Amino acid sequence: MRNAFAKSIIELAEKDERVVLLTGDLGFMVLEPFARQFPKRFYNVGAAEQNMVGVATGLAEAGFIPFVYSIANFASLRPYEFIRNGPLLHRLPVRIVGIGDGFDYGPAGPTHHGLEDVGVMRLLPGMTVIAPASPSQTRTALQETYALAGPVYYRLGKASGKPLPEIGFHPETIETLRPGRDALILTLGGIAQEALAAAEKLEAKGVFLEVAAVAQVAPAPESAIFEMARRFPVVATLEAHYVCGGIGSLVAEIIAEHGIKTRLVRFGVREFSSGRTGSTTWLRKRHGLDGESVAETILQVLGGRR
Amino acid sequence: MNGTSDVGDLFARCVRQIILEQSRRANVGHIGSALSIADLIAVLYDRILKIRSASDPDRDRFILSKGHAALALYAALHLKGLLDKRTLDTYCGDDSLLGVHPEHALPGVDFCSGSLGQGFSFAVGTALAARIQGSKRRVFVLLSDAECNEGVVWEAVQFAAQHRLSNLCALIDLNGQQAIGYTKDILDLSPMAEKWRAFRWEAFEADGHDQAAIFRLLSGMNFAEGTPRVVVARTVFGKGVSFMENQIPWHYLPMNKEQYARACAEIGTAEGT
Repeated sequence: MRNAFAKSIIELAEKDERVVLLTGDLGFMVLEPFARQFPKRFYNVGAAEQNMVGVATGLAEAGFIPFVYSIANFASLRPYEFIRNGPLLHRLPVRIVGIGDGFDYGPAGPTHHGLEDVGVMRLLPGMTVIAPASPSQTRTALQETYALAGPVYYRLGKASGKPLPEIGFHPETIETLRPGRDALILTLGGIAQEALAAAEKLEAKGVFLEVAAVAQVAPAPESAIFEMARRFPVVATLEAHYVCGGIGSLVAEIIAEHGIKTRLVRFGVREFSSGRTGSTTWLRKRHGLDGESVAETILQVLGGRR
Repeated sequence: MNGTSDVGDLFARCVRQIILEQSRRANVGHIGSALSIADLIAVLYDRILKIRSASDPDRDRFILSKGHAALALYAALHLKGLLDKRTLDTYCGDDSLLGVHPEHALPGVDFCSGSLGQGFSFAVGTALAARIQGSKRRVFVLLSDAECNEGVVWEAVQFAAQHRLSNLCALIDLNGQQAIGYTKDILDLSPMAEKWRAFRWEAFEADGHDQAAIFRLLSGMNFAEGTPRVVVARTVFGKGVSFMENQIPWHYLPMNKEQYARACAEIGTAEGT
């Protein structure tokens, strides 16, 4: 998704002179082609994320569409108040690109994990929040949304893994990755891979799990989630994010507000870092977000209902 | 301080008068911080800034990064015909465009400020935008000395110097005070000009109440080339009202009736005019 972004932003800059890219000294082996092609529209602002958003706000006010680029937590948490008082308060088209979906920076440790970004961005009325599940969806989402009037937060994964089916992007819909009938799992970002792995394991036991990716978290595709969730007795959510604030919270809100009679199971991170780190795969497993753990829990919940 | 000779020219005196009138009417504070910048604001709005209309994209920009002194800005906008009296009189009322801190919904204000350090960073982006667009518009930004406690100020200082944003001029209201104490006792940044020079800005020092000196400095700058510039303006907090000058409580306090009458007399205007 990171590489899809690097390619897409060149396409956007080619057709739209307003596109400017700012990085907080990150993007080695990713952003160089853009910098070479558009030297006057590329600024490495240094390790200074607050000023990066401040400068982007000034640029956007003058008519530019600035993208600011960093690792998810440095792009969202470090300059959070600047995002609120800058592009959000002034309704300006600053695009915040947060790289690293959850545990993507695995062994780099908890300072580099992005587990709150979607929640804190979703809190802000007027902020569009997008977390694509695949490179193809990243490209379409950028094309569809880069020219919106207000700010956008893009959460882009960097981990590679089993490729997902080709999916598009539409702000008001959710993309089905695999049809099913016994339970539904709604996923956020690159961890959709684990949901697909869970579905495969469950199918071997005769249980059919539908897998769908929610790419735009805010404004939420509320009726699409409602229509889908009401068809299943069990709805799960899966995200590499704290269980509070992300799509688990979003889906809980929709289910409760619409009075849907379904059981909700939220897969997400429930505890702060233990001080031990490891690969993305290890961290997902440790927090019960891997395909096997997800399949096991869903089986238990379904079993309990029968 | 006494008499009217020390409270600036007519424009500056009118700025001070409006600050007193409106803060009294609304019963709010930040009077000392606004009085501190009255002369700087007067030079900028009356003699430096080229603003044909609030919507002209090539107009010079002014960003009051020390947003808590907004009343001085509102006064200048009013005196330049950019803000009518009826709107000015809504200051701090319900459903008003004029709060304690400036908001961009008010014509003539480009950015919300009030969270210290942010306006300066926005100003740096504004100067960069003018550079990329090839516009000759200039960007002036006014910070408080205590605002320079904020880390982002130094992030923005580095960026502006690195990109030689010569179309940017910062002014620092060096009144030596912050919200609940004197800067020398809290985070002493003296010598201020040296700090900026160390970051490759061209720094000037001046008496922030000597309007002629401030005008000479600003009108003599070549905004087309060189490094960004900063004017470290030595000011007196509460300037013009003797019982407020250098007094910490006047960062927040509103005036009572007697204090208001005395303050008006000192700046040489009739009370309530």
